[in-house]
Amino acid sequence: MAIDLRYTPEQQAFRAEVRAWMAAKVPKEPLASLDTAEGAVQHRAWERTLNEGRWGMVTWPREYGGRGCNLVEWLIFEEEYYRAGAPGRLNQNGIFLLGPTLMEFGTPEQKARYLPPMAAGEEVWAQAWSEPQAGSDLAALRATATREGDTYVLRGHKIWSSRAVFADWAFGMFRTDPGSEKHKGISFVLFPLKHPGVRVRGIPQIDGETGFAEIYLEEARVPVANRLGAEGQGWHIAMATAGFERGLMLRSPARFQMTAKRLIELYRRHAAAAEPGLASAVAQAWMDAEAYALNTYRTATRLMAGGSIGVEASLNKIFWSELDLAMHRAAMSLLGARAELEKHAPDAGDVGNWLDGFLFSLAGPIYAGTNEVQRNIIAERLLKMPR
Amino acid sequence: MDFTFTEEQQMMAGAFRELLDDLCSPEALRAAAEKRGDESGARWARIAELGLPGVLAPEAAGGMGLGDTDFVLIAEEAGRAALPEPLVEQAGIAVPLLAGLAPHAPRAAEILAQAASGALRVAVGAPGNPFVLGAAQAGVLLLADGDEVHLVERAGVGLVAQPSIDTLRALARVEWQPSAATRLVSGAAGRTAWARAFERGALYAAAQCLGLTQRMIDIAVAYACERTQFGRPIGSYQAIKHHLATVQVKLEFARAHVYAAAARVVDADQRAAAAVSSAKLAAGDAAELAARTGIQVHGAMGYSWEVDLHFYMKRAWALIGSWGDRSFHMRRVQSLVLGGSLPLGSDQTFVRS
Ligand SMILES: Cc1cc2nc3c(=O)[nH]c(=O)nc-3n(C[C@H](O)[C@H](O)[C@H](O)COP(=O)(O)OP(=O)(O)OC[C@H]3O[C@@H](n4cnc5c(N)ncnc54)[C@H](O)[C@@H]3O)c2cc1C
Repeated sequence: MAIDLRYTPEQQAFRAEVRAWMAAKVPKEPLASLDTAEGAVQHRAWERTLNEGRWGMVTWPREYGGRGCNLVEWLIFEEEYYRAGAPGRLNQNGIFLLGPTLMEFGTPEQKARYLPPMAAGEEVWAQAWSEPQAGSDLAALRATATREGDTYVLRGHKIWSSRAVFADWAFGMFRTDPGSEKHKGISFVLFPLKHPGVRVRGIPQIDGETGFAEIYLEEARVPVANRLGAEGQGWHIAMATAGFERGLMLRSPARFQMTAKRLIELYRRHAAAAEPGLASAVAQAWMDAEAYALNTYRTATRLMAGGSIGVEASLNKIFWSELDLAMHRAAMSLLGARAELEKHAPDAGDVGNWLDGFLFSLAGPIYAGTNEVQRNIIAERLLKMPR
Repeated sequence: MDFTFTEEQQMMAGAFRELLDDLCSPEALRAAAEKRGDESGARWARIAELGLPGVLAPEAAGGMGLGDTDFVLIAEEAGRAALPEPLVEQAGIAVPLLAGLAPHAPRAAEILAQAASGALRVAVGAPGNPFVLGAAQAGVLLLADGDEVHLVERAGVGLVAQPSIDTLRALARVEWQPSAATRLVSGAAGRTAWARAFERGALYAAAQCLGLTQRMIDIAVAYACERTQFGRPIGSYQAIKHHLATVQVKLEFARAHVYAAAARVVDADQRAAAAVSSAKLAAGDAAELAARTGIQVHGAMGYSWEVDLHFYMKRAWALIGSWGDRSFHMRRVQSLVLGGSLPLGSDQTFVRS
């Protein structure tokens, strides 16, 4: 191995295949927001179409609906996906977070049961970790799974669960050892959302759409076989999931590179009126999006050579969330007096999705572990500073 | 597609790091800065023994015949050590410049082997840099007259020393007369040669900034763990942790740019120019932030001569301004990216023209 930043002919052929398929299949009109009931239906249909082309999750083995692709191929897929302007992934918490976790910790039965419908978008997943009193301090969680024979009885209150109103299943963290504290005694349990004892109540987000939800668990009974990994191993498994979330999968670089491209196009239209600092901000956005892409290839090829991802996931999370914020702030500046307009305002001009993107970019430094917490992790684990 | 260094590349850098830990201890830097004793010649000899001045020279000229992705790690280590001698400029800029000119200019070919072995020290006065580093210690100088490249004996020029805040950098303005006898190449050949030298200069300044940034973080972390106030190590305070974590984030992503630029610089096209400028800006910004953070974490100690931090800080400031300052590289990226000459999009990162 040695640095060689060229795609192989096979990789180029793979790109061409993805490109051709996307050109034929990506909906010409944008779908409704995936945080609305109408949008959720449209996005489910899109997930089914993707799966028909076997593009649901290309890195998974064929038996689970994937193509057995390596990480570089996955990045190529993502590049073409975003280049084609394909819809957001309704099932992102399933395919990007739970999927890889199942691959690592699931039994063969669990993989066979959950992965294929996940790849097909038939079962959409939500993440049910946060609780009203357990945010950054996730280990303060109180929801319980009490064992009765072959059944867990779930009790508790989960919150901020993205798209849970439109989802079918959730992966949660529960105390299986009632006397336990902090990271001990927690288990990772999968439960259906349309199920006796499970009540989902949407929470409107800053833009008014019900993008996340509370989940009330009132003696919901699920088989013990729904537990991932061993009893009490939940925290360890969740940290692996969080590694995927922050590290590589959840936010692939292509998304930010396409935002940077759109930002540059926006800048060109508004250049005459833009204050000089904006030229630097936009150029910086392009450079940072490139840096993120380059670094992701560094990580991906290191992983392919047998490396593992650790604390650097926290470096990534800070970088992409701040990049996204910076790009959207620049766009809002460029749009000036129109920046406040909703995209359907009659005189919206080229406002497009910038406002939605700006709002969502403000959540980036919060979800997937706040950036303050990531900085603590970097300082304590990478730089070995005292607690 | 592979973005990992080979084991040999890492081993070569590791061996150099060990040597530098020995040659460039803070005490050695202090002695050099305060002009106590003169270890410079001995240091240069030890480095030359490893063959490092010739990393980028062809094997036929006694060099290692390696490439920029090999040398980039060496330059990073030189930065980390704040090496007083201009190895990076000799091996990373002068030697490839001579190697490129050798087919057209017999005098360049004649001295290439000596430059690659380190026996002859070569200083470079490239267009865009007002001053020449290490001119007084050099045997010969490569100087620009417009597009032309000239090779001049040290004895044939006048030097006006320009003291730098980095006392380990010997800078001078060179007074000289170009002549037909000193000229190596002119016209397009000269323009190309200087353009390539400039890109390598910027790339390797960036690589040194990576090493400097890591060193400044390491020094600040060590101090933060040791110094106590209010009964606790200051490194246990979040304000201090977050400052340093922020620098580490900047460093990590600057690495990606610098290593990618090392892989691209040979292409000598617009994409390579964008990569080099991105690398120079990212690594320079990381180093600048590391310097500022380093002082802050040290309190008044950071403002003193006694703490070693300032050696690395000063080198960083010097490098940030040379081989194209922030304005130059930012404008270049703006013109390439905003001006429309580079294709944009998620499929473009690794495209080669
Ligand atoms: C858009 C969005 C989607 C989400 N989706 C999901 C989901 O699908 N599933 C799910 O389980 N959760 C989800 N979350 C919740 C998310 O994980 C939490 O918001 C996050 O972990 C922070 O917890 P909190 O909101 O309770 O904030 P708090 O923990 O109360 O933090 C408030 C502020 O205090 C700071 N703070 C807290 N502790 C420390 C500390 N030790 N050091 C320094 N600063 C600290 C934080 O950084 C933050 O700035 C989502 C959140 C958002 C915004």
